[in-house]
Amino acid sequence: MLNTTDVIETIEMIEKEHLDIRTVTMGISLLPCIRESAEETAQAVYERVVKGAEKLVPTAEQLSREYGIPIVNKRVSVTPVSLITAAFPEKSALVALALDRAADTLGIDFLGGYSALVHKATADYEKAFLSTIPEALASTQKLCASVNVGSSRSGINMDAVKRVGELIKETASLTKDGLGCAKFVAFCNAVEDNPFMAGAFHGVGEADCVINVGVSGPGVVQHALSFVPEADLTEAAELIKRTAFKITRAGQLVAKEAARRLGVPFGVVDLSLAPTPARGDSVAHILEELGLEVVGGHGTTAALAMLNDAVKKGGVMASSRVGGLSGAFIPVSEDIGMIEAAERGAISIDKLEAMTCVCSVGLDMIAVPGDTPASTISAMLADEAAIGMVNNKTTAVRIIPAPGKKVGDTVNFGGLLGRAPVLPVHTGSAEKFISRGGILPAPIHSFKN
Amino acid sequence: MKAVVTVTGTDRKGIIAQVSAFLCEKEINILDISQTIMGDQFAMIMLVDASECKEDLATLSAEVAEMGKRIGMSVRLQHEDIFNAMHTV
Repeated sequence: MLNTTDVIETIEMIEKEHLDIRTVTMGISLLPCIRESAEETAQAVYERVVKGAEKLVPTAEQLSREYGIPIVNKRVSVTPVSLITAAFPEKSALVALALDRAADTLGIDFLGGYSALVHKATADYEKAFLSTIPEALASTQKLCASVNVGSSRSGINMDAVKRVGELIKETASLTKDGLGCAKFVAFCNAVEDNPFMAGAFHGVGEADCVINVGVSGPGVVQHALSFVPEADLTEAAELIKRTAFKITRAGQLVAKEAARRLGVPFGVVDLSLAPTPARGDSVAHILEELGLEVVGGHGTTAALAMLNDAVKKGGVMASSRVGGLSGAFIPVSEDIGMIEAAERGAISIDKLEAMTCVCSVGLDMIAVPGDTPASTISAMLADEAAIGMVNNKTTAVRIIPAPGKKVGDTVNFGGLLGRAPVLPVHTGSAEKFISRGGILPAPIHSFKN
Repeated sequence: MKAVVTVTGTDRKGIIAQVSAFLCEKEINILDISQTIMGDQFAMIMLVDASECKEDLATLSAEVAEMGKRIGMSVRLQHEDIFNAMHTV
């Protein structure tokens, strides 16, 4: 017989502490869809995605009911589209529309992979593809785009960094309150099996079709810590590890079973603590539970480092294959604790940048003034990319220069995207630095062969 | 296939009778029961065998929740694997 305490603990985690499977993401290779024309390719893409993922939503819903655990998002990630449309890049938007239509037909929440990997150089076809991103994001609902601008191995493509700053500004201007920017992320060291949006894409080294699962549960960790207010940090880390183990085991179960029922290989479980704007589902509140008066103050980076490490150690033990981004997320607009800290002026972009040195992933869902120059946004991306490159980790920027908004205003995105108080940025210009372009060389310790 | 039924809510007479009658009607066999009262709160955990039940687990789970509403209790039926996965190494 099952232990009564264990049964009740699981039920309370789900019903009171927001334990959920954040996403079941099916990765689908689009390489077999390349045809002679953009129109034929778009049609082939639509058909392949709709056929490949036709059972994704019903299967996830069935699993959710059987196990009694919510599966919040059902998503699809595809091969970076710039590779599929390389012969006719200026017509890539046709594939964007086909993907969005497929997402709609399937009833999934998001589809990621309108992406380009330009970490070493931007090929001509990629330059043309990048220019289609703002319009593609403005004319679709569920499509997410990403660009990889650097890696520890290749350095940072500063020409791409410059271009991405411009693309973010253009995307903001084409969508209400800059919402399109919430569906666009720029990476350094992007991973090929990430199930989370906006940065999910299906890498070319992956199988034809694969199931990746992202777990969540910051509320569960916070709740567990609330019972040991006097514990020292060694004990707290142990408790977080044990809790992360349980959360991840639920993800592993769903991932294996979803893969089996869908007849595709199980890929990875992404061991992430992903917050939502709901109270009791906040990563910031975990840090405050550890003893910080407010997230963003001194001590925040250390607390986050401990949390991130403990989540990984507990999670790795619980899953047969771990991948994706795996760590604590710190999106400002999607975390009630972060939102409140930002409203109080307690957290700054500088502190958020420091925090990204010790967790996944980067400057995430941050609203900045609408008149922030493109070069400043590029410079923020360059800073983040440098952190990722030097520290051999994934970093990213998902930032919203909300048109017409200034510091003190709030941008409301609604739903899981939450709301973002507009944070100040440094006004010293980086224009000249960014306009230099070129490659920011890879660090010496990247040459390991 | 084994599942776990949990029943919680304010204690009163006849809860076990009502839940058991429902399970019997669905051809579900009760393998083990653990029940306790905390204050005025009733809490019961049952391990059941649903392999002779004609409905799939997802449908059954929805019906169990519905039955719970009818009798004024919170009742859930979940595949036992979720508990095994989370609490055993």
